Amino acid sequence: MNFKFTQANLERIEQEIKKYPVRKPAVMAALYIAQEQNGFISNEVIKEVANVLAITAEEVLGVVTFYTMYHQKQMGKYHIQVCTNVSCMLRGGYEIWNQVKNKFGIDHMGVTSDQKFSLEEVECMGSCGTAPMIAVNEEYYEDLSKEKVEDLLESLKGSN
Amino acid sequence: MEKILLPDITNFHLIDVYVSNGGYNAAKKAFSQTPDEIIDQVKKSGLRGRGGAAFLCGLKWSFMPKTTDKPKYLCVNGDESEPGSFKDRQIFEFNPHQMIEGTIITCYAIGAKTAYVYIRGEYHKWIKLLQMAIDDANAKGYLGEKMKETFGTNFSCDVYIHKGAGAYICGEESSLMNSIEGKRGYPRVKPPFPAQNGLWGCPTTINNVETIANVPKIIEKGWEWFSKIGHPKHPGTLLFGVSGHVNKPGVYELPTGTLLTDIIYNYAGGVPNNKKVLCVIPGGTSMPPIRGDKLEGVRMDAESLKEVGSAIGTGGVIVMDEDTDLVKILARIAHFYHHESCGQCTPCREGTGWLEKILKRIIAGKGSTSDLDLLITVANQIEGNTICALGEAAAWPVKFMVERFRDYFEARVSKEINLPVANKVHSMRQTAFPLADVKN
Repeated sequence: MNFKFTQANLERIEQEIKKYPVRKPAVMAALYIAQEQNGFISNEVIKEVANVLAITAEEVLGVVTFYTMYHQKQMGKYHIQVCTNVSCMLRGGYEIWNQVKNKFGIDHMGVTSDQKFSLEEVECMGSCGTAPMIAVNEEYYEDLSKEKVEDLLESLKGSN
Repeated sequence: MEKILLPDITNFHLIDVYVSNGGYNAAKKAFSQTPDEIIDQVKKSGLRGRGGAAFLCGLKWSFMPKTTDKPKYLCVNGDESEPGSFKDRQIFEFNPHQMIEGTIITCYAIGAKTAYVYIRGEYHKWIKLLQMAIDDANAKGYLGEKMKETFGTNFSCDVYIHKGAGAYICGEESSLMNSIEGKRGYPRVKPPFPAQNGLWGCPTTINNVETIANVPKIIEKGWEWFSKIGHPKHPGTLLFGVSGHVNKPGVYELPTGTLLTDIIYNYAGGVPNNKKVLCVIPGGTSMPPIRGDKLEGVRMDAESLKEVGSAIGTGGVIVMDEDTDLVKILARIAHFYHHESCGQCTPCREGTGWLEKILKRIIAGKGSTSDLDLLITVANQIEGNTICALGEAAAWPVKFMVERFRDYFEARVSKEINLPVANKVHSMRQTAFPLADVKN
């Protein structure tokens, strides 16, 4: 499947490039923008990002595979990230992890068949003082309890 | 006590409120002095880095070459990924302009025209908040070309955010620079050090967000004032992030040298259900843990913690009560470093995996006493044998946890000893007590 940046997104990438003395550093921002437009980072996306920044596809692939926030497959509409690192673990992070897992019947990096939900066990998100936590896409939900998680998941299920 | 970093002023994050409380005056004051005078004051203030290594900030700045035909850069490290650390996000949210002002002063001191604030990708919200503050500072003429007029100087600098994408290792300064350059975040071999050969081969200084946020106050109130706060060898306040088994987890700004027991039992409200403390990690998961029965008298600053065989790290205090399963905690920590190892150095890439596997074996009830020795052997073979400090970060918690809780771990691998009994051995104080050294 062919991938081309929209004109608006190309302009956003050009804005990013202006921050740096060379074009290459904008690869990280360009990949975020591509992921937003395409849903995930496909081989075509990698070629297009390389093309726009005048770097090699291998350089782009190297970045994609190094950082955990670029996804090489389509994740759910709601990408649920549960922290189970120490501070969350001490306050029930694993209970919440199991709760979400059982609710959707998916495991780490799994996606529900309707593509609505995906699940990721993440490392420390910096919510240690408000643990346990879940992030849904870019939004943090902190100071959670079993009930709060249930309410959150139900409200996401009900939404479109 | 006066708060330096997180003052109790409503809406302090807004530029107008910040300015009406004297904000950006420190930058104006700085421009009336020479860069060397600024570096000298920060040196004399004794300000030490807040990112983990507690290196003298002014000394680090003085490594930047005075004469060079290359551009110079400042990187402000807001990667904040160490488990137990959640302080920099407070600055982004509640006092972003003080950090921006600190960035301006630092750029002037080291001669950088461009600063990159590296923020972890997961911090979407805080990236937006800081970007808003940067945009406001640009619009009001505190950054960019317009600052020349505002401050009456011929110096100007720009501040940009570089958004990370999920990699703990990018908090390591050379890895951070590779990430800004748009590469895989592999740490670089040192030397050459960043001050000689940093971003794009140019002289570069990397400072933590909290370190930079201290700078305006030092310039405004003078180095003597700052040097008298807290412990003389590690002056100032720290943002202590307290998490785990405490009643009031959160970030507390307190002078260095505050008693650890004060932080746990008074500021953070003690341990839920008045349970005893089994273990405390004082500065984020990579720092050596302290036993519950060794907490008395421990002060929270770089020098005092060194004396008790630990380190201040990022000031992220993780408290574990008497019912905590330390083996599971340690296995989780080992899993983290295994996951985050960049894979360049064999001892770290392979060793972290083995640490995790051995600990999981112990959890599964198949461990033996020789496994405990094996853990320490593996940890020792990682430590000191890697390009960057992630090796130590992975090795220390395992090595020191097993050494310091040897009786606990032996109880776990032996079928004869009842775990709850062994567990109680380390616990101590149950309740709060009057504050020992609150200076108001």
